[in-house]
Amino acid sequence: MLAREVLQELIQVLGAENVLTEQEDLLTYAYDATAAMKHHKPDVVVSPLSTEQVAEVVKIAVRHNIPIYPRGSGTNLSGGTIPTKGGMVLSMLNLNKILEIDQDNLTATVQPGVIIQALNDEVLKLGLLYPPDPGTVTTATMGGSLSECSGGLRGLKYGVTKHYIMGLQIVLANGEVIRWGGKTVKNVTGYDLVALFTGAEGTLGIVTEIIVKLIPSPEARKSILAVFDDVDKAGKAIASIIRNKIIPATLEIMDNVTIQTVEHFVHAGLPLDAEAVLLIEVDGYKEVVEREAVLVEQILKDEQAVEVKIAKDDKERDLLWLARRSALPALAQKRPTTVLEDATVPRSKIPDMLKAIRRIADKHNLNIATFGHAGDGNLHPTILTDERDQDEMKRVHLAVDEIFQTAISLGGTLSGEHGIGIAKMKYLDWEFGEAGVAALRRIKEALDPNYLLNPGKIVRRD
Amino acid sequence: MSVYNSLDSITEELHKCMKCGNCMAVCPIYKETRQEVGVARGKISLVEYLLSGEIEMTERLADRFSLCTTCMACNTNCPCGVRFDKIILAARAEAVRKKGLHPVKKIAFTALKMQRMFDFGMKTGSLFQGVALKHVPHKSDRIARMRFDIGIGTDKVFPMLASKTLRSEFPEVVKVKNPKMRVAFFTGCMINYFYTDIGKSVVEVLKENDIEVVIPKGQGCCGIPASVNGDVASASALAKRNLRAFEKLGADALVVACSSGGTAWKHVFGELLENDPEFKALADKWAGKSYDISEFLIHKVPFKKQGLGRVDRKVTYHDPCHLNRGQGINKEPREILKSIPGVTLIEMKEPGRCCGMAGSFSLVHPDLSVQISDRKTADIELTHTDTVATGCPACRLQLKSGVENAGIEEEVLHTIQILAESYRAGKKN
Ligand SMILES: Cc1cc2nc3c(=O)[nH]c(=O)nc-3n(C[C@H](O)[C@H](O)[C@H](O)COP(=O)(O)OP(=O)(O)OC[C@H]3O[C@@H](n4cnc5c(N)ncnc54)[C@H](O)[C@@H]3O)c2cc1C
Ligand code: SF4
Ligand code: SF4
Repeated sequence: MLAREVLQELIQVLGAENVLTEQEDLLTYAYDATAAMKHHKPDVVVSPLSTEQVAEVVKIAVRHNIPIYPRGSGTNLSGGTIPTKGGMVLSMLNLNKILEIDQDNLTATVQPGVIIQALNDEVLKLGLLYPPDPGTVTTATMGGSLSECSGGLRGLKYGVTKHYIMGLQIVLANGEVIRWGGKTVKNVTGYDLVALFTGAEGTLGIVTEIIVKLIPSPEARKSILAVFDDVDKAGKAIASIIRNKIIPATLEIMDNVTIQTVEHFVHAGLPLDAEAVLLIEVDGYKEVVEREAVLVEQILKDEQAVEVKIAKDDKERDLLWLARRSALPALAQKRPTTVLEDATVPRSKIPDMLKAIRRIADKHNLNIATFGHAGDGNLHPTILTDERDQDEMKRVHLAVDEIFQTAISLGGTLSGEHGIGIAKMKYLDWEFGEAGVAALRRIKEALDPNYLLNPGKIVRRD
Repeated sequence: MSVYNSLDSITEELHKCMKCGNCMAVCPIYKETRQEVGVARGKISLVEYLLSGEIEMTERLADRFSLCTTCMACNTNCPCGVRFDKIILAARAEAVRKKGLHPVKKIAFTALKMQRMFDFGMKTGSLFQGVALKHVPHKSDRIARMRFDIGIGTDKVFPMLASKTLRSEFPEVVKVKNPKMRVAFFTGCMINYFYTDIGKSVVEVLKENDIEVVIPKGQGCCGIPASVNGDVASASALAKRNLRAFEKLGADALVVACSSGGTAWKHVFGELLENDPEFKALADKWAGKSYDISEFLIHKVPFKKQGLGRVDRKVTYHDPCHLNRGQGINKEPREILKSIPGVTLIEMKEPGRCCGMAGSFSLVHPDLSVQISDRKTADIELTHTDTVATGCPACRLQLKSGVENAGIEEEVLHTIQILAESYRAGKKN
């Protein structure tokens, strides 16, 4: 519980309607999209309307030593918004304006509560595109996806969120407001704080304005489906496409468990006995797309795909992508709890990783389906389970540990796009070693010495 | 075990929810408030805390459960197939069991009382209206505004009570020469008391298609305003009354022209009466032969195309939530509209987005309801049409109020009215 005077101060700054204190509201900010995670009720939820208000709120929190948990749409998958120490949830959703679209400099300036799709709807009208497209484009905020450095389907060719963030306005942990970066492509003034805050998961500062890079929207695209009877062949096909200097916008893989589930769910015509399918999309100028599609088809055949299909029209294309988009929904309907991981390996190691996951699933007697962004090595091993079954949950945790160990031993990383949050904090020294974790901590303490910002995430205080 | 009788009936439904938040993309309430409690995910978590014993049913909690237009948009966008419509009904029924009915709704809007009030209004003629409502001059719709604020604002535009109820204007059996079929018409309250023009069009079109129309005098309110707010007792009593009335006269099929009525006859009656074997059987029997009027005219008895006259209208169609998502009916009304000579159908941006009426929701949350409606009105304006068609009188009320307050020249009609207009035009030449 917060002291009455704190609430009064908050209400004075924000107005009563932007300060929630009744438990029926507070409890709805006790969780996010992360599965099998304990919920924690905050003491208050505030929704500022301006950068100045954010700064005022931070100053109040500093004065009374109250933890601050920034929150966008709460769709992250690492426990990043759960207020583990109570305190204040800072909802950024009322800061939801697109401030400017600059066609000459190809930038957009947005507030952090803007939904990714809302930005894309606007820039598309001008023939432009903001490429990062996590599965949650229609719900996630710009601030949240910036703070997780979200990826998505287009990572291989277009990169991820961090490749599009040019400038930030940030409220620091002491309530001061700074601006970093801007609209210039080149900028080496000082340390690159824009890069540091991108992916910081709200632990270093609160982002209140974002300048992003836009690109011309590709003119044409073509989708190709390839079926393999062997995971290794699929892996070789991926390598071969890249070696032939074709960079598809998307290069997705689904394993046999995923294929079976998806096919029963949407009937897109996927062969049930396939060991893997690849879904590929090339985009760009019409002429280039035509040429690349034919090349990709040939490569896939050379690499012994059992079947290769180029979508003839938009309808066929939509059906292919419906299959891919349905992967998570289809899997999620099989069991009550869906643990979605994002261990990532160099793309050449995809077959090894897929086989290792299969072994881990067998060993722990679990149902694990794997799909993901093969082109950038980012896989989503998805464990289908039931939170209420304690014995099974124990095995789930063991399996998750082993999946991460495998990813790191293959030269990969704990998290490709979902972030560390609470969920993966304990694995950090596997990847960084003690010295690495200590370096992280020193950065945290330099910017937020009292651990007011999203405490209990990424960096442990001890 | 139905959602109306026990909260436990939805535990599996709750477990399906993976808290992905996809429902945020479509929830009309969340779009306005941007507060987690507005969206399905928030209310689902509250029900979970309630079931686990972490919180108790309080009036404040019941208030949170009132934050839903039951538009079912979240159902459709949910990757896990969560039936949130079931969850919210169960939560509200539980709230009424524990805390009684919401005070605002208590004033006048338990379903049974509503009917008595309207009947009273009819008997005293325009007296009630003269006192409470101020007539707004308008060429096609008899509409009015509240003279004083009874807690729902004075902005809302209401239809005037009809001078005679629909059911008093027709005999119980409307005969035709060589009847193909005998069809019962469930009018529902809004069509009976306010929008009798819709009801007359239904009868007109059915007669035009050689169908004998039965309009049982003993029918009453469908009970949906009660059941969605958790007043299960009233809703069950009404269900029985209606089943008795229709069973007495009998018919080959039953048609409705409002989305609540359709939902009631097709689904709700059976669920409410599941523990009463005799009435349950009756409910199931009638559920099997209940049709929305557009569904009936497309699938059951394809309507006559010859004799359709020209109707010059540029029309945009609004999908009522409980017709579209609730009963899967969205192509049928469009098919009817497109077959009318002279009608051009121009789609609005999101025809399936809730208009914000949602029965008593608009009374308990008037400001929110208007905000939701304003988005709809803006979408309508962009179509540059002259007519909004829809399939439900409640939506018609809300849409009319929206366009009227925005000062847009736009007639709001039920699809069946335009079809009737076309048959009429066909007779002139
Ligand atoms: C079904 C599903 C599919 C997904 N698919 C993908 C995918 O394909 N790729 C991918 O990368 N991710 C994916 N995600 C994860 C998630 O959607 C993204 O991480 C998303 O970008 C988070 O946005 P949000 O607005 O919900 O942020 P939140 O969850 O609210 O917050 C995320 C983090 O950012 C911090 N934060 C939020 N706003 C601010 C701010 N203004 N300043 C400072 N810190 C802030 C929070 O404290 C938190 O640590 C998926 C999630 C789900 C549920
Ligand atoms: S979309 Fe469905 S599963 Fe996801 S949070 Fe909403 S109700 Fe739950
Ligand atoms: S039914 Fe409609 S209003 Fe209710 S939670 Fe779902 S989307 Fe929101």
